[in-house]
Amino acid sequence: MPVKTETPERARPEPIRAVPVRHPGRWVAVAVIGVLVAMFVHLLVTNTAFNWSFMADEMFRPPIVAGLRGTIALLVTSMAIGIVGGVVIAVMRLSANPILRGVSWTYTWFFRAVPRLVLAILFGNLGILWARIEFGLPFDRQIGALFGIDNFEARLFGFSAVDILTGFVAGMLALGLSEAAYMAEIVRAGIQSVDEGQTEAAQALGMTRAQILRRIVLPQAMRVVVPPTGNETIAMLKDTSLVAFVPVSAELFFQLRAVGSRSFQVFPMLVAATIWYLLLTSVLLVGQYYLERHFSKGVGRSGQARLRLRGLAAETGGGASEVIR
Amino acid sequence: MTDGVTVPAQAGTASTGDGLMVRAEQVHKSFGPLEVLRGIDLEVRAGEVCCLLGPSGSGKSTFLRCVNHLEKINAGRIWVDGELIGYRERGGKLHELRESEVAAQRRVIGMVFQRFNLFPHMTVLQNVVEAPVLLGREKKAAARDRAAALLERVGLGGKLGNYPSQLSGGQQQRVAIARALAMRPKLMLFDEPTSALDPELVGEVLDVMKDLARDGMTMIVVTHEIGFAREVGDHLVFMDEGVVVEQGDPREVIANPRHERTRAFLAKVL
Repeated sequence: MPVKTETPERARPEPIRAVPVRHPGRWVAVAVIGVLVAMFVHLLVTNTAFNWSFMADEMFRPPIVAGLRGTIALLVTSMAIGIVGGVVIAVMRLSANPILRGVSWTYTWFFRAVPRLVLAILFGNLGILWARIEFGLPFDRQIGALFGIDNFEARLFGFSAVDILTGFVAGMLALGLSEAAYMAEIVRAGIQSVDEGQTEAAQALGMTRAQILRRIVLPQAMRVVVPPTGNETIAMLKDTSLVAFVPVSAELFFQLRAVGSRSFQVFPMLVAATIWYLLLTSVLLVGQYYLERHFSKGVGRSGQARLRLRGLAAETGGGASEVIR
Repeated sequence: MTDGVTVPAQAGTASTGDGLMVRAEQVHKSFGPLEVLRGIDLEVRAGEVCCLLGPSGSGKSTFLRCVNHLEKINAGRIWVDGELIGYRERGGKLHELRESEVAAQRRVIGMVFQRFNLFPHMTVLQNVVEAPVLLGREKKAAARDRAAALLERVGLGGKLGNYPSQLSGGQQQRVAIARALAMRPKLMLFDEPTSALDPELVGEVLDVMKDLARDGMTMIVVTHEIGFAREVGDHLVFMDEGVVVEQGDPREVIANPRHERTRAFLAKVL
């Protein structure tokens, strides 16, 4: 007798209703954390040293807001210098030209070796080295002396060092140039993460090295570069407080501390600083999320899933596109 | 075949007048102490499909990469369409070409890779449009139209907006072929174009290549597809250990290999 196959007719079995595994540890953890949170809230509410009303009044005052603006300006400019400089130095480091490679290595070596605090103070005092910063023929006096001309000068233009190396510019340069050294390493890792086949395919199409870098390699390296750059930006936000030593006074932490010491309310102003930095970092994190999403086009797990869905939607007539958004 | 997308006619384009698209003389190539090519002589006429066959490590892919100067040769000469590749001969001395000049030489030599190497951050259409527009070959709108027509020709007219990661291997390879054709090459190099594909996808890529061959494109194909060599090839070159062991009409060589090594190889793959 042939065996009867009855799969199609069989009724669907009852869904499983099992007793789930219990997790008593979780309840213990909830209890412990609950008590700790309660203690913390109690501290915040009852300890008068917080002086909340004073803090809330002071943290939006014009000098603080000006300091905040200064901090953001420093962050943006120094990161811009850092990213652009980092890309340039990374490209130099990976170049076939041994001189460019050497220069790049030396730059990275120097700026990674010197602490940012020291750099900030150093740049703030560069005015001691030169009273004026001038552009023209190098060694003009020495050349003049060689041909017997006294006081031969071939300078096109110049600035007084005090004018140009103001606190803000000095702080920006110290932070930006130092950041460039770190960014260079991040960008280099990103460039090296791009498959060699990409360069070969572009070469075979007749693109030059510069074109390949700009159109093929760097856009793909960005995917690897963006997350650590977000990290660097957040670190930089906090390092802007170092420019107080340049000295720069239009800076968030300097202003908060000034209010604190003037009013003998040191602690509330430290809490205000904590809150401001938390807020700014949160804004940066949102920006990073969107950047990462943009550069994961065509690659990465979530990016690919989204693309695949969109592809399906397109094939089935676009009906599913609402589901994805 | 779509109207308006034809491969440039090849007959008589070889500037040397001998009808040769590729001429290689005594090509040697070493990677450190390892000598991969040990004196390759090879001629490919315009409009001909030349198949390179041989066991892995025989140097066939390396030779292909020498033709468009992705690898620098250590000795010998390679001419494509009468032009010496990678060097300029002046006053009895060889001068290396500048990077931009090498790039210009490569523009007329299309290449298709084993692992496709599509640009993953660009859509299918952008992949094909990128080089002609970037290199100033065509205006953006014209390049788009031509790219769309080329993709239609390789059977991917409906995938213009997709990213490479959304395509099957066979589809990706067909995009790669369209991308190479967009530069209007005189010569196409295929480096094991079907080796990374699932067996059921091999046919669709070979069909596109057959179509190209019928249109008169000069092609050098490194392949393990004996059937393709027999059906489409005009010339078969069997390589082993960096030398050409034997060559001739594909049907002839495959049916009656004269050399022991050819026989041994064919016995394994047939």
